[in-house]
Amino acid sequence: MSGRGDAIVIRGRPFHGPAAKSRRSDGRLTTALIFLPPALLLFTIFVVMPIGEAAWFSGFNWNGFGRPTRWIGLDNYRFVFDSRGFGIAFRNNLLIIAVSLLIQLPLALALALTLAERFRGAVLLRMLFFLPYVLAEVATGLIFSFIYDGDYGLLASIFRSFGAEAPHLLASTQTSMLAILIVIVWKYFGFHMMLFIAALQSMDPNLVEAARIDGASRWQVLRHVVIPLLYPTIRLSVFFAVIGSLQLFDLVMPLTRGGPADSSNTMVSFLYNNGISRMRVGFGSAIGVILFVICVTFAVTYKRWFMRDE
Amino acid sequence: MSDAAIARMRWPFDPVLLYKALFLAVVAAFVAVPLLATVLGGFKSLGELRTNPFGLPQIWEWQNYAGILFSGRYWQLLWNSLVISSFTVVLTLIIASMAAFAFAHLHFFGSSLLLSYLTMGLLFPAATAILPLFIKVRDLGLLDSYFGVILPQVAFSLAMSVLLLRRFFKDLPHELLEAALVDGCSYIGFFRHITLPLSGPILATVGTIAFVQSWNSYLLPLVMLNSDALYPWPLGIMVYQGEFSAEWHLILAFITLTLLPTVLLFIFAQKYIVAGLTAGAVKG
Repeated sequence: MSGRGDAIVIRGRPFHGPAAKSRRSDGRLTTALIFLPPALLLFTIFVVMPIGEAAWFSGFNWNGFGRPTRWIGLDNYRFVFDSRGFGIAFRNNLLIIAVSLLIQLPLALALALTLAERFRGAVLLRMLFFLPYVLAEVATGLIFSFIYDGDYGLLASIFRSFGAEAPHLLASTQTSMLAILIVIVWKYFGFHMMLFIAALQSMDPNLVEAARIDGASRWQVLRHVVIPLLYPTIRLSVFFAVIGSLQLFDLVMPLTRGGPADSSNTMVSFLYNNGISRMRVGFGSAIGVILFVICVTFAVTYKRWFMRDE
Repeated sequence: MSDAAIARMRWPFDPVLLYKALFLAVVAAFVAVPLLATVLGGFKSLGELRTNPFGLPQIWEWQNYAGILFSGRYWQLLWNSLVISSFTVVLTLIIASMAAFAFAHLHFFGSSLLLSYLTMGLLFPAATAILPLFIKVRDLGLLDSYFGVILPQVAFSLAMSVLLLRRFFKDLPHELLEAALVDGCSYIGFFRHITLPLSGPILATVGTIAFVQSWNSYLLPLVMLNSDALYPWPLGIMVYQGEFSAEWHLILAFITLTLLPTVLLFIFAQKYIVAGLTAGAVKG
């Protein structure tokens, strides 16, 4: 790109060539040697090494003290797959993904289509709908544990006003997951809505107008012009919904801690409850490795199949 | 203009507008009622909360809020969060912008390989390796210290930050760099005196993402910190809720007050926050 600068390829050799050139090539090498190590070191120590160590620790029965010595091969993975709790947690994660894709995304899309137009209050509503995304998961979880509370909660008072008995949604294995799913939609639809609004606003309005002039109905314009133009954003939104669903944890803890009877665990809260809080390092690491494999496999295949051009 | 005029003319006859308004009202209530009930709940007595959870308080119990505001505990939590988030933001900005500059302008052998190495961090969440991370932080002697939380947070925010910054640095006019180098400016000098001052918007975006993530983060501090004195506010409200388990009026007041900084920040910096959180997602 920069004709002169690029001619010099750095492979060490600081004092080589004419003075001016060597000063510039040095400059690059020294700069790179100052600028890159902090990032690379931090990333290696706190991100890459722990993943490698998770794979290593997952072969041991270890409580975290001293050095790991009791090698048990792949047994930890067998324990994970044999445990009832992990199966439930995995199924819950799939359920979260399904709700994110089938309820949350269409809702976000519908709202974006309504709010991308300019009218009084549109910006205010956009901000209101985005607000839950900015609030901490833990606080959101606590707010909803109040709403669901069988004695004081909003839901209970609605039920009582109809003369019905108040349900304890969070305390029943049948409904705990449903309660969490509602909070997930509440918290995250605004983020996807904003993605769609940004895409809609960068769209060429002439396309829609041309279709309208050609006599297309509102629905036809939406179905054959607007939605196809949104496909890249929809694909992106699906990607975030899935990756976000796979790492859901903060929201679960204040609501149910994964209970009752493991009914509302996600894979990460299962990892926390069974690996970290009991310091079963090998078992917990095995769950981490499984989660890692799922995330990376999904991210890589999805990007290869659906997001090739982006 | 004319579109709006036509829409207004059509208003009484167009049921679509009515459906839209209805739809928006329902969603707005779905979002706003839990938040309003939380704020108002903090002004009620426990007895009134039970009989009147939706409406305005009959008697405004200011002492719920006042008691928390005058306790050292609330400020301690916010202070801890502020320290952790500020360090995370500053370190992320310094380290990521340096690396991004190197990747944008210093084309050297292996630079693209190193960049793909860093962006691997986008593929998986911090939770996957949380146990080995705990053991690493323990072995480094950083357990139960601010930096035991800050350093992993910085490390995990690097991938996204470097990508965003690098793209911005590359898009700056290339003639600037050439002219500066011809005039004898060093790369480091160029970075400090030209690149950084021109990069205000992207630094704000990256800083906002790092701040919001750190301010709200729960899992890392939960695993790395043991003493209440160091807890950031998301851990603090969980402890508070544990102590006052059924006294919902106090818990709601506490939640409201701990959310207040986030909401204020959101109102005053919404442009950066919305742009940061969505653009960060799109471009990463």
